[in-house]
Amino acid sequence: MGFVEVTLSLLNGLEQTFLIFALTLVLALPLGLVISFGSMSGFKPLAYITKIFVWIIRGVPLMLQVIIVFYVPGFLLGTPLFTRFGSVVAAFVINYACYFSEIYRGGIESIAKGQYEAGQVLGMTKSQIFFKVVLMQVVKRILAPMSNEVITLVKDTALARVIMIVEIIQAAQNYAAYGLMWPLFYTAVFYLVFVGLLSLLFGFFEKKLDYYKV
Amino acid sequence: MVLLEVKDIKKNFGKTEVLKGVSFSLDKGEVLAIIGSSGSGKTTLLRCLNFLEHADSGSFSVDGETVFDAAVEYSDHEIREKRLKFGLVFQSFNLFPQYSVMENLTLAPKLALKKKKLSAAEKKAAIAEIEQKAAELLARVGLAEKRDAYPCQLSGGQQQRVAIARALALKPEILCFDEPTSALDPELTGEVLRVIKGLKGEDRTMVVVTHEMEFAKNVADKVIFMADGVIEEIGTPEEIFEHPQSEKTKAFLNSSLEKMY
Ligand SMILES: Nc1ncnc2c1ncn2[C@@H]1O[C@H](COP(=O)(O)OP(=O)(O)O)[C@@H](O)[C@H]1O
Ligand SMILES: [Mg+2]
Repeated sequence: MGFVEVTLSLLNGLEQTFLIFALTLVLALPLGLVISFGSMSGFKPLAYITKIFVWIIRGVPLMLQVIIVFYVPGFLLGTPLFTRFGSVVAAFVINYACYFSEIYRGGIESIAKGQYEAGQVLGMTKSQIFFKVVLMQVVKRILAPMSNEVITLVKDTALARVIMIVEIIQAAQNYAAYGLMWPLFYTAVFYLVFVGLLSLLFGFFEKKLDYYKV
Repeated sequence: MVLLEVKDIKKNFGKTEVLKGVSFSLDKGEVLAIIGSSGSGKTTLLRCLNFLEHADSGSFSVDGETVFDAAVEYSDHEIREKRLKFGLVFQSFNLFPQYSVMENLTLAPKLALKKKKLSAAEKKAAIAEIEQKAAELLARVGLAEKRDAYPCQLSGGQQQRVAIARALALKPEILCFDEPTSALDPELTGEVLRVIKGLKGEDRTMVVVTHEMEFAKNVADKVIFMADGVIEEIGTPEEIFEHPQSEKTKAFLNSSLEKMY
C-alpha cells in the first residue's frame, strides 16, 4: 500500500467528514438561534418544552442519537426516513443546534438591560434592537465558546462511522482491517490541519471585532 | 406655556409603592431639577415618562395632548411614537459599543426613515440631513473630532456627552437625565454639566435628576424634592435651597451639604 494511495483514500474519507461538518454548521447555526428564542420565550410552556428538549439532546450520547435517527424510523414505519448520510446530518444538526442554543442564550442574556432600553427610548422596534444593537455584541461574546464547539464538531464527525459512513477514520480503519495501522495515525494530520485552519479563521474574526469592547 | 403636565402618577412594584401620586407641570424652555435621596422614586418617575415603565395610574400630557393615560393600553407602535416626545440620558451612558460615535447618533434616525415611504432621492436627502444634524450636535457637545472614535476609546465624560447628542438627534421635546454625572469621576462631571447648562440657553425643556446641588441651584428654574415616592416640596431653587419648608427637605439638604465638605 503506497503513501499516495492511502492519502487519496483518506482524502475521500475527509470529503465525507467535511460535508458532515459543513452541513451541520450551516443548518445548526440558525436552528440554534430558533431554539434559544424558544428557551427564552415569555410563553412558559414553550420555554419548558424547549429546555426539556435541550436537556435530552445534550444528555444522550451523540453516537446513540445517530443510531436512533437511522434505525428507529425504520422499525416504526417499516422504511427508513433518511439515508445513512441524511441520518448523520439530521442527528448532528439537532444535537449541535441545542449546544449552540445554550451558547446563544448565555450570550444574549449577558447583554446589559441598558442596551435594550437605550434602543427603546430611541424609538427602535424590538427586532431593530435585536439585529442592530444586540446581535453584534452577542457575536463578540460567544466567539470563544463557539470556536470550541466548532472544533469539537470536527472531531465528532468520526461518530458517523457507527452507521457505516466512510469518513476519514473509517477509511483508515479499512486498512487496519488488513493489518495496516499507520493510516489510522496518519488521519491525525488531517484533523490537525482542519482544526488549525478553523483556529486561524476564528482568530481572524476575533481580530476583526477587536475594535470594540462589550 | 405649559409643555409637560404630569397628573397623579402612581407606580407599584409588587407590593412596594414606589410612586404614590406625583403631579407637576413644566413650562416650555424650563429646566426642572429633581433631587431626593436614593430610593425615593426619581428614576422610576423618569422611566414612566419614557415608557420604560407603565405607570399603574395617572396620566401625562405634552403640549396639551395626552400622551399617556394609565387606563389606556397602548400598542408597541403607539408607544414608539409617543416616547419620542421624550429623550432619556442614562446614568451609565448605554452607548452602543460596536458603533462609532457618529453611528451612535445616526442609527435610530436612519432606522426611523425606513418606515417612511420615500423616493430614492428623498431618502438620500434625508440621510444627508441626519448626518449633517448629527455632526452639528457633536460639535455642540464639543466632540466633533471624535466622530469616528468608538465608545471604548472615550472617557466617561465624553461618552455621556455623546449620549446627550444621541438623545438630541431625535429632537425630543423634553430631555430627561437620570443622574448623568453619577457614574463619572469628579473631574469629569464639569464637562457634562456645562453641556447641559448650555442646552438651557437653547430653550430646551429638561428634567434632570441629580445629586449635584450646585448645579440644581444654578441651572434649574424649578426644583422638586422627592421623598418616599411623593413630591415633598416643589419650588424655585431659592425656595427649596434657601427657604425649605419641609423638615425632610431640610434634613436632606443638610446631609448633602455634609457630604460636600
Ligand atoms: N424594577 C423594579 N422592581 C422592583 N422594585 C423596583 C424596581 N425599580 C425600582 N424599584 C424600587 O423602587 C424604589 C425607587 O427606586 P428608584 O426609582 O430607582 O429610586 P431613585 O432613582 O430615587 O434612587 C426603590 O426602593 C427600588 O428598590
Ligand atoms: Mg435613580
